[in-house]
Amino acid sequence: MAVRLLSKIRLVPELRGAAYSSAAAQLSDFEVQHKTPVIRKQKIIPVAQYGGRHAVTMLPGGGIGPEVMGYVREIFKYIGAPIDFEVVDIDPTVDNDEDVQYAITTIKRNGVGLKGNIETKSEAAYVTSRNVALRNELDMYAYVLNCKSFPGVPTRHKDIDVVIIRQNTEGEYAMLEHESVYGVIESMKVVTATNSERVCRFAFEFAKRNGRKKVTTVHKANIMKLSDGLFLETSRRLARDEYPEIEHNDMIIDNCCMQLVAKPHQFDVMLMTNLYGSIVSNVVCGLLGGAGLLSGRNYGDHYAVFEPGTRNTGTAIAGKNIANPIAMINASVDMLEHLGHHYHADLIRRAVNKTINVDKIVTPDVGGTASSTEVVNNIMVNIGKMARG
Amino acid sequence: MSLITRNVFRTLIQGSQHVGKGLHTTSVTADKNVCFAPLSISTLQTSKEGRVKCTLIPGDGVGPELVYSVQEVFKAAGIPVDFESYFFSEVNPTLSAPLEDVVGSIARNKICIKGILATPDFSHTGELQTLNMKLRNALDLYANVVHVKSLPNVKCRHHDVDCIIIREQTEGEYSALEHESVPGVVECLKIITAAKSERIAKFAFDYAVKMRRKKVTAVHKANIMKLGDGLFLRSCEEMAKLYPRIQFEKMIVDNCTMQMVSNPNQFDVMVTPNLYGNIVDNLASGLVGGAGVVAGASYSADCAVFEQGARHIFSGAVGKNIANPTAMLLCSANLLAHVNLHSYSKMIKNAINKVLTDGKVRTKDLGGQSTTKDFTYAVIHSLA
Repeated sequence: MAVRLLSKIRLVPELRGAAYSSAAAQLSDFEVQHKTPVIRKQKIIPVAQYGGRHAVTMLPGGGIGPEVMGYVREIFKYIGAPIDFEVVDIDPTVDNDEDVQYAITTIKRNGVGLKGNIETKSEAAYVTSRNVALRNELDMYAYVLNCKSFPGVPTRHKDIDVVIIRQNTEGEYAMLEHESVYGVIESMKVVTATNSERVCRFAFEFAKRNGRKKVTTVHKANIMKLSDGLFLETSRRLARDEYPEIEHNDMIIDNCCMQLVAKPHQFDVMLMTNLYGSIVSNVVCGLLGGAGLLSGRNYGDHYAVFEPGTRNTGTAIAGKNIANPIAMINASVDMLEHLGHHYHADLIRRAVNKTINVDKIVTPDVGGTASSTEVVNNIMVNIGKMARG
Repeated sequence: MSLITRNVFRTLIQGSQHVGKGLHTTSVTADKNVCFAPLSISTLQTSKEGRVKCTLIPGDGVGPELVYSVQEVFKAAGIPVDFESYFFSEVNPTLSAPLEDVVGSIARNKICIKGILATPDFSHTGELQTLNMKLRNALDLYANVVHVKSLPNVKCRHHDVDCIIIREQTEGEYSALEHESVPGVVECLKIITAAKSERIAKFAFDYAVKMRRKKVTAVHKANIMKLGDGLFLRSCEEMAKLYPRIQFEKMIVDNCTMQMVSNPNQFDVMVTPNLYGNIVDNLASGLVGGAGVVAGASYSADCAVFEQGARHIFSGAVGKNIANPTAMLLCSANLLAHVNLHSYSKMIKNAINKVLTDGKVRTKDLGGQSTTKDFTYAVIHSLA
């Protein structure tokens, strides 16, 4: 099922880096992606933007997904965001991939998706993780997690501002495992030069575009000398040859985790392969106040999918009105920004920040007492005030 | 004094009741869409008080009368929309605003409501492109949508017609490429491109998804024009693969028109190249009550222009106060929905439905004797 698109794609040298160089200031990220792709599409599908409104695929997923998506829709309706959601429900209990394939098709034709966490209940070997399938099929090779402290959330470290960029489609998640001899299982970690270069370039371009100073490559090249070595070498080469203005260093993953919990302020942009990214993003989420606050972004050359930062469904707290809606709302803000609707994005972001930092109305998971609906209502009240004021 | 205290008290109670309600039961504590014009579309031109700006082109024929009706209703309902009016006409070129001004205004405001522009049978300047086509090309308004829907109490041969006709309107027969190669032999080029065909096909399917429709029918004449219409048809087939949950079928245009008049209920969403779309639009409009009751809209990626579905200027009725403003009012309601003013949109639609259902105020085309003004005021009185 997870047909790798990688083999079919060739890097087009003259287009490399062209995505960001020209008139990037006027173009929204969505437009950059669709008007100046770094890699050519196999088949260009016209974008779903009509009369200034965008169509966006919404995958509520399992657990708390449907309820937090409900809040997002309430807020969007309230502020009149020019977005038309196409909701696709995926049944986690069914073993076949029909729903997932349909979801992938809808993202392909809309270009943008907003997703909760999709459960893969089946542990049968032939059923791939749906999240992984989605990323691989859409070739969304880069994952970005913006980690910025909320002053209103009590944490051990203040003013953390780190961006984690993670290779999203290969490495340990290549899903190539086999039992060569009875009792001996081999799991393959695949690192390719093409994908490494793409994600490294993405990281440096991201740093450049967002005025970041430093990129740190996280690896374990002292042990996995060839695979992680390739990744590290690629990032070093790019830093040296193409982005001399951005400071670059590297750090071994185990040390990195220690440094993160001890001195997180030394990091700016962090670049890493798949599994390390998963670990590090969860570490940082923990530092900032848990799973309910941060939002992550998956980028490919043609598609972008926005989701809560840590990938767990929260089935245990579903329906209890205590789920933290902030992560999903932040993801929707990221989406609005990606599509170029800065006015709405800014309004929601300010309202969310005011709710957390000034009003201090937050759910129990970050030390508050409010219910999900109280948080959402307060955000909407703030939006109302800000829009009029 | 007692009145004031009572009112204050009531307001407080209402306020507290609202706070008590959670999201699960109702929606929001703050008042919903009403008084929320400031936030309709980020890119929309909004003035300081948070009003939406909209370009208005009255057009020719009865256009100005119908547009006036819309303005009256907007005024009465207190809808926060400001019009930027341009007189734009091909039959009256001396008074017409320049194309660039109108295009600039629509590009800035992103929305426009437009009456019908008359097209003379001959050109004063020798140009082949009409003003309508120039406007569409300048803004790249490639998709025309006409929603043909039976209205209550409008007597027609067919009932419960509800189909959406989507028409490509920037190429095909309307490319304005005609020439006389040898005296007495005129060639007219019909242009079909893959890019534009795919774009309109995708638009049709996306529209079907948005409107929760089940079926898309591609209308073509690929049995005769094997290459041109063949390309259009292939592009539609290609797009249909991306929409496995929407049924796709094809129909030849001549058969389509016959089916339309004998059994229009079989159609759901139809996607057509330029000329066929024009014909099918008008045919379908005739099925549900004529040019006066069918609303349409044209879309580009950024802008939306709302206009009547069947483009008929009805010049015979100019100044007689007999034209039916229903189509134009429905257009305005669609415009409001497009900029997220859903409550106002519903308000106008409900009012129109109520007036039609009551059947007391009917314009001449619907078999009554009422005037445009009567109808407008009836709608205003039914606003709730």
